[in-house]
Amino acid sequence: MLNKIGKLALASVVGLGLTAGAGAAKAETPKSGGILNFVVGSKIPSYDGHQETTFGMIHPIRPFYSLLIRVNPNNPSDPTDFECDLCEGDVPTATENGTKFTFKIRKGVTFHDGTPLTSADIKATMDKIVFPGEGVPSARKAFFRSVDTITTPDAHTIVFKLKFPTAAFIPALATPFNFVYSKKDLDAHGMSWHKANVNGTGPFKFVQHQPGAFVEGIKNQNYHFKGKPYLDGFKAIAAPKMAVRLSAIRGDRAAIEFRGFPPKARDDLVKSLGDEITVQESDWNCVLLATPNQKRKPFDNAKVRNALTLGIDRWGGSKYLSKIAIVKTVGGVMFPNHPLAATKDELMKLKGYNTDIEASRAEAKKLLADAGHSNLKVDFSNRGVDQPYKVVGTWLVDQWRKVGIETAQRVQPSGPFYDSLRKKADFDVSIDFNCQSVINPIADMTKFLGSAGNNYGRFEDPELEAIYSKIEKEGDATKLRQLVRQYETRSLSDETSGMVTLWWYKINPHRSYVKGWKIAPSHYLAQHLDHIWLDK
Amino acid sequence: MSKYIFKRVLLMIPTLIGAGVLVFFLMRLIPGDVCELRFAGTGLYVDQAQIDTCRSNLGIDRPMFVQFADFMIGFFTFNFGDSMWTGKPILFEIGLRFELSLQVAIMATFVAVIIAIPLGAISAIKQDTWLDYAVRTFAIAGIAIPSFWLGIMIILGLLIVTQQVTGIPWMPPIDYKPIWVDPAHNIAQLIWPAVATGYRYSAVATRMTRSALLEVLREDYIRTARAKGLIEKIVINRHALKNAMLPVVTIIGIEFAFLMGGLVVTEQVFNLNGIGKLFIESVQNHDYAMTEALVMLVVLIFVVTNFIIDLCYAWLDPRIRYS
Repeated sequence: MLNKIGKLALASVVGLGLTAGAGAAKAETPKSGGILNFVVGSKIPSYDGHQETTFGMIHPIRPFYSLLIRVNPNNPSDPTDFECDLCEGDVPTATENGTKFTFKIRKGVTFHDGTPLTSADIKATMDKIVFPGEGVPSARKAFFRSVDTITTPDAHTIVFKLKFPTAAFIPALATPFNFVYSKKDLDAHGMSWHKANVNGTGPFKFVQHQPGAFVEGIKNQNYHFKGKPYLDGFKAIAAPKMAVRLSAIRGDRAAIEFRGFPPKARDDLVKSLGDEITVQESDWNCVLLATPNQKRKPFDNAKVRNALTLGIDRWGGSKYLSKIAIVKTVGGVMFPNHPLAATKDELMKLKGYNTDIEASRAEAKKLLADAGHSNLKVDFSNRGVDQPYKVVGTWLVDQWRKVGIETAQRVQPSGPFYDSLRKKADFDVSIDFNCQSVINPIADMTKFLGSAGNNYGRFEDPELEAIYSKIEKEGDATKLRQLVRQYETRSLSDETSGMVTLWWYKINPHRSYVKGWKIAPSHYLAQHLDHIWLDK
Repeated sequence: MSKYIFKRVLLMIPTLIGAGVLVFFLMRLIPGDVCELRFAGTGLYVDQAQIDTCRSNLGIDRPMFVQFADFMIGFFTFNFGDSMWTGKPILFEIGLRFELSLQVAIMATFVAVIIAIPLGAISAIKQDTWLDYAVRTFAIAGIAIPSFWLGIMIILGLLIVTQQVTGIPWMPPIDYKPIWVDPAHNIAQLIWPAVATGYRYSAVATRMTRSALLEVLREDYIRTARAKGLIEKIVINRHALKNAMLPVVTIIGIEFAFLMGGLVVTEQVFNLNGIGKLFIESVQNHDYAMTEALVMLVVLIFVVTNFIIDLCYAWLDPRIRYS
C-alpha cells in the first residue's frame, strides 16, 4: 500500500515537475517520426472552422490549417504571448492611434494543393469571418466588430483598419478557428466548400476521415516552419465516452486526450502507469455560472440575488470540489491568471467571496428576510452533463439550503436545457457557462452584459453597459484595471446579475513519451501539433 | 407459398408508413434544435443571426407540413438527403456503420446459438439434475447482467490481467478495420462486444430452448416415437428439437434485429462506430433527418426479420404453410 502511494506521489511530482520545469523540456532534442494517436470526446459537425464552435472539430482539423497569428505553443499559458504563423517577424503593434495593423505575409508558403499563399487568401478568409455575406455562417463575426476595412496593398501585405483602438483585436485574430483558406477555393467552390473539404497550409495534410471513427493526417513536407512538424502523421480517434478515452490511454491505444480529465481519472492513470504518465494542469478559460432570471419574481429583486451569491462558499467549494470535478479556482469576471483579474483581496470585497462564510450566510438570511422571502423556493435548471455541471449544481443546491433556500434542480439533456435557457426562460436560476479559446478578457467579459447574445439573465443594466463601453476604448492599463473592478463589482456584487461559481481546471494526463506539448488555458489552443514529438 | 409471401410483403407497407409518420412528429416534440446546439452548446459567443442562418440553410424554419412532405417524398424515393449535423449524405453515413453493426450482430448471434441450443437441450433432457441447475443459473445470470456492464468488466479485466501478466496493459483496438483489410485487428476488436452481447442473447435463447423442448418432450407423438423403439438420440434430434425450435427462432430473429440498431450503450463502451452509436449521436444532436432515416432503417430490419421468421415457421411447421 505504502509502495503504491509512494509511486502515485512520485509520478505526480514527476509529471507536474515536467510541466513546471519548461527549461528541462527545452533541453531535450526533438526526434522526428512516429504517428500520434489521440482521442477526441466530441464529434465533427463540419470541417469549416469559421462556422463551428466545438473542440470536436478543432482537435482533428486544426493541424491541416494555419492562422495569421497564433498563441505561442511554447508559452501558451501566457495570455499575451502571440507569434506569427503566416505573417513574418513579430506580431505587429498598432499604428495610427491604435487603429491600424499591418501584417507582412510569409513568402514561399503553399497550400496543400500547391497553390501559393498571398495576402489575397488572408483577405478572402478574413472577409468571410468579419463580413460574411447573407446566408454565410460566421460564428465569430462579433469578435471583429471593431474592424472597419481589410486591404491588401500588395501580394504580401495585409492591413486591418479599426473603427476604434481595442486590445481585443489581436487575441481575436489568434482565435484557433480562423483557418486560412485559399481564395481560389472560395471563388471556385463557394463559401460552403470547406464544410466538407480540406485545403490548408498547415503542418499536416488531410488523408481521410471516417465519420464517427477517426481522422488521419500525414506530415506536410513543405510546411513553412522548417524542420517541423516532427510527427510523420496523426490519427484522431473519436471516443465520446470518457471511460473509453481513459482506457485508451491506459492501454496505449492513444497517447493523449487534449480536453482534460477529472481528478479521479488522473489519479487512476498515475496509479496504474506510474512514470509512464505525465500530468499537466492549468487554470481553464471556462467559467461555470449561475444566472438568475430577472423576468421572474422575486429574482428581479437585487436583495434576493445578493442572498443567492452570499450563500455560496466558493473558497470551501474550491477545496472540496477540485478533488472530484474539473473546477478549482475562485475568480471574478476575468480569467484568474490574467493581469486584469482581481486579486484575492479584491475578490473578498465582493458579495459571496468573503472567507468568513458564516458572516456571508447570516447576511444572506437577513437580505431574504428584508425582501420578504425567508422561505425562498428556487427552480434551478441544470445541464445533464456530469463534469462539471451536475457536480457543481448539486453542490449549489446544498449551499443554498444552508441559507434556507429550497432548491429544486431540473437536469435536462443539452437540447432541452438550451431551449429552456435561451427560448423558454422557464427557470428561476440556471447553470450557464462561458468557455472561450484565446484569453481575450475584454471580449470574454461581455458575457455579463444584459445586451450580450449569450447572456440569459433577461435584464437591462445601462450603468454596466456604460462601464463596458469605457473599458472597450480605454488604452491606459491602470485605468482599465479600475474600470474592470467597477464592472465586476456592479455585475457580481451590487446587482448580482450573474454569479460566478468556480473557474474550470484543466487536467491532462498523457503518455510520457509525448513531448513538446504544453498545456494551454483552453482546450482549443495549440492544437496544430507541429511542436509535438514522440520520445519512443 | 408465393401468395403467403406476397401478403406478408404487402403488410410491410402500412407498417413502414406508420413508423415514418410517428418518428417525424415525435422528433419535433423534443425542445431545441440542431442549430441551437451547434452555436450555443459550446459556451462560446452566440449570434442569433447565425442561428437563424443555420436554420434557414437546413430548412427547419419552414412550415411543418412542408418539412413533412419533403420527408415522405424522400422516404418513398429512398433519398433521405444530408445529415443536418455533418452535411454528408445520410446513406453514406449509415453505410459506413452498417458493415460493423452487421458483423457484430452476426458474431453475437453465432456466439448465442452455439451456446444456447446445446445448453438449452441438455438442460431440458437432464431436467432437475445438477446440470440443469447449473445451466439455469448461467442463463439467469446472463439475463440479469447488462451487456454494457459485462463489456466494461471485460475491458477492465483485460487491462488488469495483461498488466499483471506481461507488465503492459492491453485493451482491444478502438478503431475499426474491416475483416478483409486486417483480420487480426478486426477480430481483436469485435470478439469482445460479440461475447458481451452474445452472452445475454444466449441466456434468453437457452431458457426458451429449455422450456420449448420440455413442452415438446411431453407430447403424445414423442411418447409414440419412444414406444416404437426409436433410440433417444433420434427422438430428440429429429422429432423433439425441430418442433421446439419455433419459439427459439422467433427469439433469435428478434434479438438479431435488436442488435442491428439497439447496441447503443455497448457500442459506446467498446467505442464501436456502429448504427447504435450513430443513433444516439443523432438524437443528441437533434439531427432530425438522420434520426428519421435510422428509425426507418431499424423498422425495416425488424419488418424484414419478422418476414424471414414467418418463412422459417412455414419451413419448420408444414401446417402453417398448408393453411
